[in-house]
Amino acid sequence: MKTKTTKRGKAPSNGGPDKLWQLRLHVAGRTPRSQTAFRNLKKICEDHLKGRYSIEVIDLVEHPLLSRGDQILAIPTLVRKLPNPVRKIIGDLSDTGRVLVGLDLRPARALTVVKTPGKEGMA
Amino acid sequence: MKKNPSQSQFASPAVRLPKSPTGIQGLDEITGGGIPRGRPTLVCGGAGCGKTLLAAEFLIRGAAQFDEPGVFMSFEETDAELEINIASLGFDLAGLIRRKKILLEHVYIERSEIQETGEYDLEGLFVRLNYAIDSIKAKRVVLDTLEALFSGLPSEAILRAELRRLFRWLKEKGVTAVITAERGREQLTRHGLEEYVSDCVILLDHRVHEQIATRHLRIVKYRGALHGTNEYPFLIGEKGLGVLPITSLGLNHAASNRRISTGIARLDAMLAGRGFFRGSSVLLTGTPGTGKTSVATSFAAAAARRGERTLYFAFEESPSQIIRNMRSIGLRLDPLVRGDLLRFHSARPTLCGLEMHLATMFKEIAAFQPSVVVVDPLTSLLAAGVEFESKAMVTRLIDFLKGRQITTLFTSLTHGGHSLEQSEMTISSLMDSWLLLQDFEGNGERNRLLYVLKSRGMAHSNQVREFLISNRGIDLVDAYIGPNGVLTGAARAAQAAREKAEALAARQDAAHRQSILQLKQATLEQQIATLRSEHEIEAGDLRRLDQQAGTRTRVLKTERVELARLRQADALTTPGRRVRPIPKGRL
Repeated sequence: MKTKTTKRGKAPSNGGPDKLWQLRLHVAGRTPRSQTAFRNLKKICEDHLKGRYSIEVIDLVEHPLLSRGDQILAIPTLVRKLPNPVRKIIGDLSDTGRVLVGLDLRPARALTVVKTPGKEGMA
Repeated sequence: MKKNPSQSQFASPAVRLPKSPTGIQGLDEITGGGIPRGRPTLVCGGAGCGKTLLAAEFLIRGAAQFDEPGVFMSFEETDAELEINIASLGFDLAGLIRRKKILLEHVYIERSEIQETGEYDLEGLFVRLNYAIDSIKAKRVVLDTLEALFSGLPSEAILRAELRRLFRWLKEKGVTAVITAERGREQLTRHGLEEYVSDCVILLDHRVHEQIATRHLRIVKYRGALHGTNEYPFLIGEKGLGVLPITSLGLNHAASNRRISTGIARLDAMLAGRGFFRGSSVLLTGTPGTGKTSVATSFAAAAARRGERTLYFAFEESPSQIIRNMRSIGLRLDPLVRGDLLRFHSARPTLCGLEMHLATMFKEIAAFQPSVVVVDPLTSLLAAGVEFESKAMVTRLIDFLKGRQITTLFTSLTHGGHSLEQSEMTISSLMDSWLLLQDFEGNGERNRLLYVLKSRGMAHSNQVREFLISNRGIDLVDAYIGPNGVLTGAARAAQAAREKAEALAARQDAAHRQSILQLKQATLEQQIATLRSEHEIEAGDLRRLDQQAGTRTRVLKTERVELARLRQADALTTPGRRVRPIPKGRL
């Protein structure tokens, strides 16, 4: 299910200029979808978080135990480990607008997504 | 589909389907050996109807009893919560986890933390499940409740495709899986999971009828196997689930020829001299205060005194109350209780539902192994259930007891006003013997009567007996049945006295008549003697006259001959020689 990519001319509301963004992308094997997800993530980070992000790709086929710790069901899943709180974004990240909302880089008013801030994920 | 759910009927289908025993009491009987091995089984039902417990018990018993390790993947409860819940079943869960027989896997989904940004699949779940299964070489898997995925993850279309893949994958993996799902409004499950699980579907239900909740289990579908299609009540006890199949429809318990005394000699006499059959069920009905408990206790005490273990379920009185009350009729129960030959189990009927009572009773019976059971009274127990279910429950109880050759006495309280026979219609047909206690009012007193209404397989008395309770126990005496109906108590005694007086009077009367008769006879004989003597006198006179007449004739003749001689007359011809002429017709 592919959603249309929306590009709006709004400036990104990031979590502060000094914060390091620690992102973890969970995939299962080198599937086309996981590669698409990685490409999309790389592009978004370059556009919005240039120079202050790290991406860790975890292949669950190789490290199945890690799926337990991060409570991963869907593949691909992007987990924002830092800054807090933990956010999870599933899918191939092709909907840039939703990714930005999910990463808290853009307020959710454009989209109807219910958020409960402050809820700690299971790390 | 056959209605009869006895084990033998489902155990041998034409093509034997491999089955995994659940170890859950009763469930393996109605499924003919368990759920399909190596395939997913769907367990659906509303909230709080025991889905998770069924799944957990299947898994734990698999690990503990059948050496089949299992993975419990929970989408709702955390590992710690699960451990507490499952520990209540009485299994050493921690030990099983330590020995790698059980693996708890909590899958945490929080919709609010998840943002969907494109296509995805559930490979993460697959990887996780696969790893869990492989790490303990699991044969069984529980997914509880998979439908949490629908609320936790967006895009139903993707989920459906992935679930279809999951069930296929589980089959390929060869694990016996139990998947729980919430009951939907129009479908069996809220999200139509039954579409994907086509092998076995079990529906659980929790209904409240007249303020009494009963759990039911039904096997909606079991591909490739015969199964019981009925709704079976089940209960959640201390040791997990228990399904109660109506095994009595098989009616194959052995009948004993041995007899057991009722504890009342005259009652034994009424039952062909030897009491009830062993292993039979006896119903004792009566209106309030007719002595049901006294008869029941006499029976129980007699059995216990013979050294047979007796279990007494009291639903109206406490054990100490029964012991105290029975002392007043000369029954000392406390030594029997101390010797553990007689055990009481008291509970208020309203304490819990009927099926829970039955489960407790089953448990007590299994623990005590009695040969005699008394249920006093059955009616208040039945009041704890819904009428149409009560009979099925009693059937199960009777069947359970008969299967163990336990002689059971049920007392039943009937209310005045309508025919006693009619009021017991529902349960009396299940009973082998039926005693009726009745009280009879008249002459300002109430007296008790006892009848044997029926007693299968023996020539029982058709007589009504008066039933006396004294401080020396229970006795039965013949009731007086006269032209004015049955007389009992003081009236019977009065009648007896009256009869005695009448008999005495009759005896005196007879003696009197006898003496009159004798007198008459004496008079008559006297008269006869008088007459006879008169007759003899007359006869003597007659003889004398006769002699006189003969003498005179002789004298006359002599005189006449003399006279003729004197006259010189011719000789007289000798008389009597005349010749008869010969009749003409003879020649």
